[in-house]
Amino acid sequence: MAIAQSSSQPLKRTHQAPTTRRQLTDQQVGRLLVMPALIFAILVTQAPFILTIWYSLQRWNLNRPERRAFVGIDNYVYLLTQDASTRAAVANTVVFVVGAVVASMALGLLYAELVNRRFPGRGIVRTLLITPFLIMPAAAALTWKNQMLNPNYGVVDWVIDVIFPGNPGPSWLEGLPMVSVIAVVVWRWAPFMMLILLAGMQSISEEVREAARVDGATGWREFRDITLPHLYRFMQLGGLLGTVFIVQEIDPIFMMTQGGPGDATTTLPYRVYELARQSFDVGRGAALGVIVVLMSIVVITLLVRLLDRMLEI
Amino acid sequence: MATVLSRGGAPLGWRRKNSGSSQERASVLWAIVAWIVGLVAFFPVLYMFLTGFKTEGAAVTLPPRLIFWPTFENYQEVFGINFVPYFRNSIITSLVSTLLVMILAVPCAYALALRRPKKWKDVLFFFISTRFMPAAGVIVPLYVIFSPTGDPQLLGRGLNLLGTLQGLIILYTAMNLPIAIWMLRSFFEEIPKDVLDAARIDGAGLFREMTQIVLPMVVPGLVATIFIAIIFAWNEFFFAFNLAPKESTVPMFMVRFVTAEGLFWAKLAASCTMAVLPIVLLGWLPQGQLVRGLSMGAVK
Repeated sequence: MAIAQSSSQPLKRTHQAPTTRRQLTDQQVGRLLVMPALIFAILVTQAPFILTIWYSLQRWNLNRPERRAFVGIDNYVYLLTQDASTRAAVANTVVFVVGAVVASMALGLLYAELVNRRFPGRGIVRTLLITPFLIMPAAAALTWKNQMLNPNYGVVDWVIDVIFPGNPGPSWLEGLPMVSVIAVVVWRWAPFMMLILLAGMQSISEEVREAARVDGATGWREFRDITLPHLYRFMQLGGLLGTVFIVQEIDPIFMMTQGGPGDATTTLPYRVYELARQSFDVGRGAALGVIVVLMSIVVITLLVRLLDRMLEI
Repeated sequence: MATVLSRGGAPLGWRRKNSGSSQERASVLWAIVAWIVGLVAFFPVLYMFLTGFKTEGAAVTLPPRLIFWPTFENYQEVFGINFVPYFRNSIITSLVSTLLVMILAVPCAYALALRRPKKWKDVLFFFISTRFMPAAGVIVPLYVIFSPTGDPQLLGRGLNLLGTLQGLIILYTAMNLPIAIWMLRSFFEEIPKDVLDAARIDGAGLFREMTQIVLPMVVPGLVATIFIAIIFAWNEFFFAFNLAPKESTVPMFMVRFVTAEGLFWAKLAASCTMAVLPIVLLGWLPQGQLVRGLSMGAVK
């Protein structure tokens, strides 16, 4: 605090004070202010990750602690070559994340296009569209599982039956488990995409649109030639942010399918949970955690680069 | 067809003359489509809310009834089990973790925006990378560290934080800290530099500069950040379930009504409604800020 006092000098002298000194003190103050948050973040997120790496090199099952031993990369080798559930989980994670991100982007684009025009009650419709994102993920998953997708009493099958009479809908959670889980995730994340894309659309100047319309651009061409190219960067941002957030979505899987039937909806984060909390296998759970982080680093690096560019700091 | 729809700007004169009525018709059509899409997206929430006021029999009746005589028996039964501790625990964890987030994030974001230390950019991106790292990467050691026995080779004993609110508060603080720092930073950067320079020339110290000039100028940003931190802490399920399952937060209260065959949907719907209502109401206020937080200030 005392460092900041150096600026409390009479007006005349501040001008003469060497600028280097002023910058130095500012930097020092800045460093002091940053430290508490930085230390906290390192302690709570980095220290456990170093432990994860350490544990991943050990044979350690909490049920048999006496057999704990250093085994090098055995856990990794086992997971990647012998564990069928983990191999299924790799494929499932790709399907889950790509499916959910692409579909929520498409739906979010529709939402954004709809509420980007003026019509009576636009604010209310926007609020209705955003609400799924605010719903507690666990509650959303339960509502969808029971009331929307249940084979006997679910609203979705009833609607299908009304539109195509005599054509029983699929039994969602049994027959199309991955589609069901993705649907719930898309329902929650499309509003997020909408908000990002809407911000992008609203930054397109009205003159550009008018000019295009004077040139005779139709609605579809205006969308394709003006809206979409302008939105490209916002879509990139939405896609990357969606990927890092959706890959961690574990509540709907836990609530709706428990990773099943079989391994049909077991994603990598869910498999980590299974190994660590159901099999009490600290070593293998940790090894898979490291694998998940390594895979995420690619996306995170791309995302950080994009953010850097967008912020133009 | 869509060309004739005006996007707020006045349509050009020649167009207005030619297609005035068809433009209005298209506008009405647009409004109808938008309303239908909005209501369909909202329907599961509405249905959950309504089911909470149905009898268990009516809850599984098809076609789904949207107009019916409401019953309060579910809420009576839900109130019958002691729900107060769960809500109290959720309120404590959400508010305390949010308070900690703000105490740590406000000075940090201020420094990263206005009094930049060396390598400030690295610091900024370090924070964000902690938020993007999957929880799977840390959940195993957290469980070990939090347990009473801990890792025998490490400390000899654990932190004994399993089943405590302290453990959750620490994790929720770490979870929301990067978002808060990035979001607050984007607000701090909007403060005109002249204002700060003037204050410094007038001899305002760091503390006065913060409390009397900087913070009052970013009150909307502070409020939005607080809301977002509360929303994420309140909605968090997985850490709560794994690290503090018994005496825990509102999501655990909801899970109590999950039965194997799911025959108590009305009561479950009532408990879900209670669990989500505070946050939905809170989240409707800062709608635009939600995306600013999650996009780390990149989208304003």
